[in-house]
Amino acid sequence: MTPLQIVFLIVTVATLISAVMVVSARRMLHAALWLILSLLGIAVLFVTLETSFFAIVQVMVYVGAIAILIVFAVMLTRRDIQDRDKVTNRGAWAAALAALGVAGGLVGALTGWQAFASIRPELAADSAAEGTRIAQLGMALVSPDAYAIPFEVASVLLIGALIGAIYVAGERK
Amino acid sequence: MTIETLIWLIPLPPLLAFALIVLFTNRRKALSHTIAVAAAGISWLLGMVIFISAITREGLAENPFASAINWLPIGAEGAVIHPFQIGVQIDPLSAVTLFFVVWTVLMIFIYSIGYHNFGSPKGDADQPGLPPAGATLRDKKAKTKRVVPSVEPMYSRFFALISLFAFAMLVLVISDNFLTVYIGWEIMGFCSYALIGFWYAKPSARAAAVKAFMTTRVGDIFLLLGLVALYSVIGSLNYRDVIPNAQALMATSVIPGLSWAGLIGILMFIGVIGKSAQFPLHIWLPDAMEGPTPVSAMIHAATMVSAGVYLALRIFPLATMGWTPGEPITTAMTLMAFIGAFTALFAATIAVGQNDIKRVLAYSTISQLGYMIAALGVGAYVAAAFHLMTHAFFKALLFLGSGSVIHGMEHGVLHTGNHHLDPQDMRNMGGLKDRMPRTFWTFTIGGMALSGLPVVTAGFWSKDEILTGAFGSGHMVVFVVLAAAALLTAFYTARQITLTFLGKPRTSEAEHAHESAQTMTVPLIVLSVFAVAAGWVGIPHAFPGLGELVPNLFEEFVGSMPVYGAAGETAHVIEVAHSYIPLATSLLVSLGGLALGYLAYRDYQTAGAPDPVGRRLGFYWTWLENRYYFDEFYRWAFIRPSQWLSEVFTYRWVDKGIIDGFLHGVARGTLRAGGFVRNWIDVNVVNRLSDLTGVGVREAGTELRRVQSGHIQQYMITAALLLVVVGAVIYFMVLA
Amino acid sequence: MIPLSWYLIFAALLFAVGLYGVMARRNSVGILMGIELMLNAVNVNLIAFWRYLYPDRLDGQVFVAVVLVAAAAEAVVGLALIISAYRRHKTVVADEMTLLKG
Repeated sequence: MTPLQIVFLIVTVATLISAVMVVSARRMLHAALWLILSLLGIAVLFVTLETSFFAIVQVMVYVGAIAILIVFAVMLTRRDIQDRDKVTNRGAWAAALAALGVAGGLVGALTGWQAFASIRPELAADSAAEGTRIAQLGMALVSPDAYAIPFEVASVLLIGALIGAIYVAGERK
Repeated sequence: MTIETLIWLIPLPPLLAFALIVLFTNRRKALSHTIAVAAAGISWLLGMVIFISAITREGLAENPFASAINWLPIGAEGAVIHPFQIGVQIDPLSAVTLFFVVWTVLMIFIYSIGYHNFGSPKGDADQPGLPPAGATLRDKKAKTKRVVPSVEPMYSRFFALISLFAFAMLVLVISDNFLTVYIGWEIMGFCSYALIGFWYAKPSARAAAVKAFMTTRVGDIFLLLGLVALYSVIGSLNYRDVIPNAQALMATSVIPGLSWAGLIGILMFIGVIGKSAQFPLHIWLPDAMEGPTPVSAMIHAATMVSAGVYLALRIFPLATMGWTPGEPITTAMTLMAFIGAFTALFAATIAVGQNDIKRVLAYSTISQLGYMIAALGVGAYVAAAFHLMTHAFFKALLFLGSGSVIHGMEHGVLHTGNHHLDPQDMRNMGGLKDRMPRTFWTFTIGGMALSGLPVVTAGFWSKDEILTGAFGSGHMVVFVVLAAAALLTAFYTARQITLTFLGKPRTSEAEHAHESAQTMTVPLIVLSVFAVAAGWVGIPHAFPGLGELVPNLFEEFVGSMPVYGAAGETAHVIEVAHSYIPLATSLLVSLGGLALGYLAYRDYQTAGAPDPVGRRLGFYWTWLENRYYFDEFYRWAFIRPSQWLSEVFTYRWVDKGIIDGFLHGVARGTLRAGGFVRNWIDVNVVNRLSDLTGVGVREAGTELRRVQSGHIQQYMITAALLLVVVGAVIYFMVLA
Repeated sequence: MIPLSWYLIFAALLFAVGLYGVMARRNSVGILMGIELMLNAVNVNLIAFWRYLYPDRLDGQVFVAVVLVAAAAEAVVGLALIISAYRRHKTVVADEMTLLKG
């Protein structure tokens, strides 16, 4: 058991437990906080996958923006009695069954795949390669013969969402 | 144009006349009678041509004029089909019959013109269906009016019907097989019905027509059975096939003790009994006098009843099969002799007690036909044929004469206006000799012929032959009965003539009678010539004096017919031992009877006085007047049971009760079954089922509606579960 | 050394938890949180596959970037909708919004 594995295990268990608390917390604010925790756990996992860029992005975007947004939404849609209602609806058990089934199905389908237990290949050793990779990613995102279009589309998506959200959530006069 | 072709043509003119009158000339009296008389004339001409050819031809009996056509392709032997043939045949018997038929028919047709008062004005109140009742002629200048006889409203119809009748009779005479005889027989039966009921508005005429048809029908059924039996035994209905098949016919039939020939002979003879009004089927003929007199003359004297005897002559070979003269006669012959003789006497007794002039003649006809049949029964073939011919002439003459008398009396009735007087009742007549001389003389000639006045009348010769035949063949009973009948015949004839013509008129109607028109009296004269002369062709060889001088032409001609025995010996062969007894007897009875009749009735002065003979006979006279109550007896024995059978048994019990009851029962049962099906199956099961379907669908829908809960998460849960399931299925089935 | 399978199993479990939250949570914001968890699980999957199978290429990273952006946009819009729905119906309980009921 290498240290990396131990770290991995701790982080995954913590994330999973947080995720379970997210979906089963009675009070929405608690759930939001647990969500933040699980998102942070995901970020740590990204680090273990040697993609520090995405770890930072994860923290910035998810935790810093989305989770805060969710907290705002929780605040804005709070009523006193609602935290005393039931957490789940009538189909909870069926939902659990379905969820487990999906998971089991996914895993089961993947076990037959020969690359399922493959090990991590070694990256190029020098540290300059790290920075070069980020630079390459940046270049790829904006060069027209690479991934500029998906990048732009995503931008448009964001603007669309922004405008839409403003419109939908705006005060009606 | 060969003789055979001409024979085929003989019945056609009257048929054409019938068709033309019915279709086209119904409204035009002169044209109708012209067509009818012309047709009768053409038939007469053709008949005479054929007759003359027949009598001048050698050996006609062996080689008759014959012609046949294939008619029905029945009767096959293997691959060969024997078509049923019908055709014409003129042999001596049919030649002689043809002769008297065409003469009497023509005379009667001409007579009918005057009888139905052609040329007279239309009646005041004449309706079709009723006899004409007179027309009032007003003389404007002299301010008088008198009533004259009116013309018959259904004039053309009469001529159409008698033309059809003439057609049927001629078909019967010229045919060569029993089937066409039967066809003609039946058509005549219909015409008889139509003509007896000519004045159809009279209930008595309608009843008489039905009675005639029904009674002859009884006989016709048996005749048909005889035809069927004959065909089934020998495979043919042709006259010439009877004697060659004697072997088959002599075999015993279904009735033990009786050969086929005998059985067929008896069956067909029963048809003759019906048609010729012999006992016991004699009841229709007197009632048939309801028809106009020409009808009575034609149907009941000259032709239809003669057709019965003609048929009897034709079945003589069957009836006598296996018999030779001298042997005891066969069963069929015995039956004929018995019935003939009995009828002759029986009818003669009734005739004595009748007061209606036509009724006397009707019973006289029955009696004379009995003579002919009795003659056949004892084997006297030629005598019977001879009497048939002479009787046709003098009986037609007598009937036409009586029609003339009735016309005269009706004239008197119209004159006095007393319509309650029966113009046909002889007791109301008298002294017509001076008022209607021609009628009187011709009627007397006919009456003398009927009585058998020696030598000068035809009836004497034919009757004498019959008596000779009966005596000579040893049938004494028959001989005595026939002699007694002859006595009575003469008696009632004298009675009739005395009451009608002699003495003083007993009523004022009789006083005012006058002679009839030429169209009526000329046929009378013609027929009286025959009544006198027709007998001279049959003078027997053994007759003292004349017998050697004049050959017995009739006997030579008709006697050459092959009629009996397995080899078809001719009728000649029936020789009888000569004796003077029959001759003496016939002289005695005829002269004696005439004298007695005259003496008994010459003092009858008043119309309503009781009959002199009747006074002496007492209750027996009442029996005679009422015809031995036979009609009443038949009504009780046959008609009422038949009515009961049809009205009560068949109609009420079987038809309404059983058949309708069955139908009603079926209907009720069906209704109940239907009700059961409806209430138990339809309502309960089918309706429930369909209701269930509707309700079920609705409830299923209501249940299924819950799927659309609006809860999106539920949709998702369902989708996820299904995804897992389907994924597993695909993974394990397809990919694994 | 961590085999790929660990990451994948983890991602699957996280995804299942997120799915459960989407399907079973009554509160709409809770549902949205579940969605976020699922998206994160997807991201983990993508990064894992990229790192283990094609580390030289850039596709995986770009994919992840786009997914990230999409998730963000979707969260924004979703929350805006929830707020708007809250204003209208005064509730964020998913069960009570049954306008799709048949």
